[in-house]
Parts: sequence; C-alpha cells; structure tokens
Amino acid sequence: MTMTVYISQDTTAVAVGAERVASAFVQAAQDADSNYTLVRNGSRGAFGLEPLVEIETADRGRVAFGPVSPGDVPSLVKSMADSKFDSHPNYLGPVSDIPWLANQTRITFKRCGEGDPVDLANYRALGGYRGLERAISLTPQAIVDEIKVSGLRGRGGAAFPTGIKWQTVLDTQGEQKYIVCNADEGDSGTFADRLLMEADPYQLIEGMTISGLAVGATKGFIYLRSEYPRAQKMLERAIEVATAEGYLGADLCGSGQRFDLEVRMGAGSYICGEETALLNSLEGKRGVVRAKPPLPAIEGLFGKPTVVNNVLTLASVSSILADGGAEYARHGVDRSKGTMPLQLAGNIKNGGLIEVPFGVSLSQVINEWGAGTRSGRPVRAVQVGGPLGAYLSRDQLDVPLTYEALTELGGMLGHGGIVVFDDSVDMAKQAHFAMDFCAKESCGKCTPCRIGAVRGREVLDRVCDNTASSNDLILLRDLCETMEQASLCAMGGLTPLPVKSAMDNFPEDFGVTDNQYEVAV
Amino acid sequence: MNRRKKTGGGIGVEQELESVKLMKAFVQQTAAKHASTQGGLLPCLHEIQAELGFIPNDCLDSVATAFSLSTAEVHGVVSFYHDFRTSPSAQHCIQICCAEACQASGSRELEVGAADVLGVEFDQKHPTGDYRLERVYCLGNCACGPSIRIDDEVYGRIDLAGLPQLVNEAMQS
Repeated sequence: MTMTVYISQDTTAVAVGAERVASAFVQAAQDADSNYTLVRNGSRGAFGLEPLVEIETADRGRVAFGPVSPGDVPSLVKSMADSKFDSHPNYLGPVSDIPWLANQTRITFKRCGEGDPVDLANYRALGGYRGLERAISLTPQAIVDEIKVSGLRGRGGAAFPTGIKWQTVLDTQGEQKYIVCNADEGDSGTFADRLLMEADPYQLIEGMTISGLAVGATKGFIYLRSEYPRAQKMLERAIEVATAEGYLGADLCGSGQRFDLEVRMGAGSYICGEETALLNSLEGKRGVVRAKPPLPAIEGLFGKPTVVNNVLTLASVSSILADGGAEYARHGVDRSKGTMPLQLAGNIKNGGLIEVPFGVSLSQVINEWGAGTRSGRPVRAVQVGGPLGAYLSRDQLDVPLTYEALTELGGMLGHGGIVVFDDSVDMAKQAHFAMDFCAKESCGKCTPCRIGAVRGREVLDRVCDNTASSNDLILLRDLCETMEQASLCAMGGLTPLPVKSAMDNFPEDFGVTDNQYEVAV
Repeated sequence: MNRRKKTGGGIGVEQELESVKLMKAFVQQTAAKHASTQGGLLPCLHEIQAELGFIPNDCLDSVATAFSLSTAEVHGVVSFYHDFRTSPSAQHCIQICCAEACQASGSRELEVGAADVLGVEFDQKHPTGDYRLERVYCLGNCACGPSIRIDDEVYGRIDLAGLPQLVNEAMQS
C-alpha cells in the first residue's frame, strides 16, 4: 500500500528545517525503494514540534514524528517499512492525541495541517464551502443577522462587533461596495493570519465571498504585507483555482451573483495595518491615516462603502455560516464570544498557535502549552496584544484572556499575540524601543504621534544612559498622556501602553528609587 | 530586458545610453499597464523595482504622467514605503528581525553583532558580496526567533555564531 506522508511548507516549519527534512525524506525513501506520496501541507501551529512529519496509517490514523531532523529521516523511513513506529525516538503517537493540539478548541484552525492548502476537493471534503452554499440561499440581512448572533468581534485588535460593521455597509446605498481583508499582520508576536493563509487559504476566500453577499459588494482585496511571500503565493494560487471552479467570479456556484478577489502587496509600512492608512495604500497613495468620520463602512475604499476586516474575522465567518451563529456563540465568556487564536511567541519553549475559548488564563498558556521559557530562566515580563500592548509582570499572569479582563488590567488582548521575556530583559530598553518604533513608523499626519514619539525616545535615551532625572519621568508621563488623548489613530494612542506599563510594573529598571518614583508619578 | 545582463568589461557611452533608453521604455510600458487599474500605483512600483532592482528617480515623471499625478506625488509615495529604493543596490537582501518577539529570544545581540561578523553595515551593500543588510520588524516567525530573511526564505533560531555560514551558503546556492 502507498503511504501518504505530510511535511509542512509553512514559513516557520521551513525556517526550522522542514525543507531539508523533505529532501532527506525523498532521498531515503528512494534508497529504501519505499512507496509513498508526499504532501506538503500547512502547519498545525505546534511550532515546538516542527519540523513535524505525519504519516497516514491504516490502523492508527495519522501518526506524527517531531521535531525531526534530516538525520532522523532514514530510521523513520525504516520504521515505516516495518510498521514499527513506536520505537522511533521522535514518535509522538496519533496526531489527535498530541496534548498540545488535543487540548485546544479548533474552529477557525481546524483544517490547518490536514492537507495540501490549495487542494480544493480536500477543502470541500473537510466541510469547506458549506458556509457559502448556505449564504447563497439567504437574504443579505439574514447573513448579517447570523453574524450578529455569533457575537463575532474583529480579531485584528480593535474587537469591534462584526455584525454591526456589516449592517452599516449593508444599509449604506452605493453602486459599488468593497470587501477589504486586512492581512497586514505587522505586530511582532503574531502569526495567526500568516499561518491560516498558508494552511487554509480557501477559508479566508470563502469568508470574504460571504461578506460580499451579505453587504452587496462584488469586489474584494486582500492587502498582504510584503514580508509574507509564501502566503502571497498560496493565496494567488488558491484564488486561481477557486475562480476556475466557480467559487469566485461572475457566477458564484451558479447563483448568478458576482465576487472577484485580488491580492495587493504592501511595501513595508507598519502603519498600513491601520484600516484607513491601509485604504489609502490600496488606492496607491502614501499610507497616511484618515480622520474618522467618515467611517470606512460609509466612505471607504475609493470613497465607497467598505467592509474592512482582519483575516481571522473573515475566516471565522465561513464556519459561522456553516454551523450557525448560535453554535459559535456557545464558546467563550461574557461579550468575548467564540474562540481566540492565541500566538505564543518570544522566549518560549513550545510556541505556536493555540485556539481556545476566551477565558483561559495567561499563566496556563505559558506554562501548560509553552512549558516555560526556551532559555530555562524565569519569566519576567509578558507583552500581550502586540507592540502596542501592555507589559505584564509575573504577578499579573493569572489574568483570564478575554477582551474585558485585559482592558481592566490596563492592557489589551489585541490580535492575541503573547510575547514572553525572561529575567534578562531590560524594561527601559523595551520602553525605548516602543517609542523608537513609533517614531520610525508614524505616518506623520498628527503631531502627538509624529513629535511625541521622538521626544519620548529622547527621554528614554537618557533613562537608558542612566542620566535621567525624576523630572524626565514626569515629562515622559505627560507625553504619554498627550499621545493617548490627542493622536488620530491607535498607533500614537497606544504606544504609551507598553511604555507606561513598563514604568508601572518594572520601576526598578527606570533608574529611580521608589521614593523618587512616587514623586515622579 | 535584463538588468543582470553582463556587458563584458567597461560599459561604453553608447551602451549606457542604450540601457537608459531600454529602462525608460520599460517604465513607460509598465506604468501604462497599471494606470488603468484601480489603485495601480503600488503594483506598478513593485513591478519596476522587481525588474530594475530600484525605482530610478528620473523615471518618476513618466510614471506620474501615466497616472495623471504630479512627479512630487509619485515621489511622495515612493519615499513613504520602506520597501522602495531609488538607487541601485545589491541583488540579494539579508534582513534581521529586530522586533519584540525576536528581541525576547536574542535578536538584540544579533543586531549589534551582525555588521561585524558579516562585514557590512545596516542599509549598506557588502563591499564584495552581492547583498545588503537591513533591519526588519517582524517576519511572522515569532515562536522560533531570532529570525532572519534572505531574499524570500525565512530562517529561525539564528545565533550570531551561525550567521556568517548561513549567509555564505545562501549566497552560493
């Protein structure tokens, strides 16, 4: 019997050696005269186990080996031939039993890693396009209502209720409307969008198509950052196949309705992840933030009513339509409905993508999934929610991961990025980086961000040189307040969050004694 | 046209004029192609840079004409985005991720030492090798940092000691 072997083509899997493992496998299988089919799948996101090799067996289902190095491959091929998997040192057992994966609740990421990402028949076999088929039979209002019932909120960071956004676009008159997917995942510590686009691109395409039907838009754009060349290739190939098979184009599944989709590449600008800067960039302009109102839902791309949603938000739509909004809303707590794809990153032993219902605690994620730091040193700080999120200290790690709980703690859940630092971190340097990054990436439209970040960096230069006075810290707080209250967008408005949380939670790194610090505050 | 075409020895004045003419024709053609698509300026600039390796300043006016913009507006767009270059550079690019998740796993050391071990400063072309060194802020490989990118490939768990060999191997392949 021919065996099917899966080795991922995901960016991270390849970054840690999946390509070399795949070549070693082809060579070893040829040497052993072994019959197999090699499928390059997407990753399941268990990056501590990559390069992961999976084998489809008749009796045990899919079994896994990991992390596999090219040197492990010949013995792996031999164990395949003898059907003696258990004795192999990298054997992990059936994929479904791997605790790292088994303890998750996968809805959006359920298909990731199952097969060739652009194999449309496989996508359908795994339940894909059920959502679109149902959406075609519904009225636009009924689709929007289903999203409202699900309680879905934008997964890009702002957590705005998706159903309300769509309702606004649906209710706005316009001959042309647009669906724009924000795939400019620039936040350090986040990679869920990338992983999904590389492992299950049709889910995003399906979600965008449903969104088009819901609000009456016939054209969609995926604005993808240029740092993601693999995702670009995957999406372009998938769009080509979906168009050829009638899932995109002038006659969606024979319904007579139209939806066209195009990938547009960014050009290395962080601020273009902000929705109005993104729209300007898509229009071919400088990625400068627009003042709101008008909301993009009313005057968005080329001045037309536009849905702008994150990759994961749009991808979630396909399962919400397939299984119903109420089913999705069964997961999660309070107003944080459904599941949240967390991304465990930084100094962590077993990092990766963890999709769980809202409400799991931060320490549980770091200790149970992550198994602590990669360096083996104690955790000192954790930044949650990307570069604009707060730095939490050790005694704040019991916080449940919901939008509300993080906000109460003075932070934010954002896009679900969790970056772990060990005790070698200098928090004044981290605060300095936050201001420096804002100064580099500010679009320049509003003064608090453009000038404030530069002045903030200057103060923190002095803090890092140990030449700061307590007046400097008063000045820094004042700057933070101005940026928070007067910036046009979240970049200037939230850069103070990592800075202030670093000062509040790690005052000892800012070169002032407690007494001076109290005076400064 | 092919910017990597070997001219053999020094370039004569005539050849240089010819290559400038070809370059201008290519830019004009590319701009005309994208001008009719909605928001076509970024795709147009990407295509010019992919082919020529940079976006020549003296071609901006022909792009502007095609898009019915002023040269200043096109210059504004080119200068806004980090990806776009207006002068020739090395063919290959090495980017070191300097964002938070990589900082947490050791990229600060990599950032400080890279110039030294590779023999090239950030944002400069290597004196002998055909590559330049850049900083980048997130490659989406945050669970397995520190990360670097060489052209379109990302590499994870990189340390300073292994960097020169990795770069050499990539340049040879």
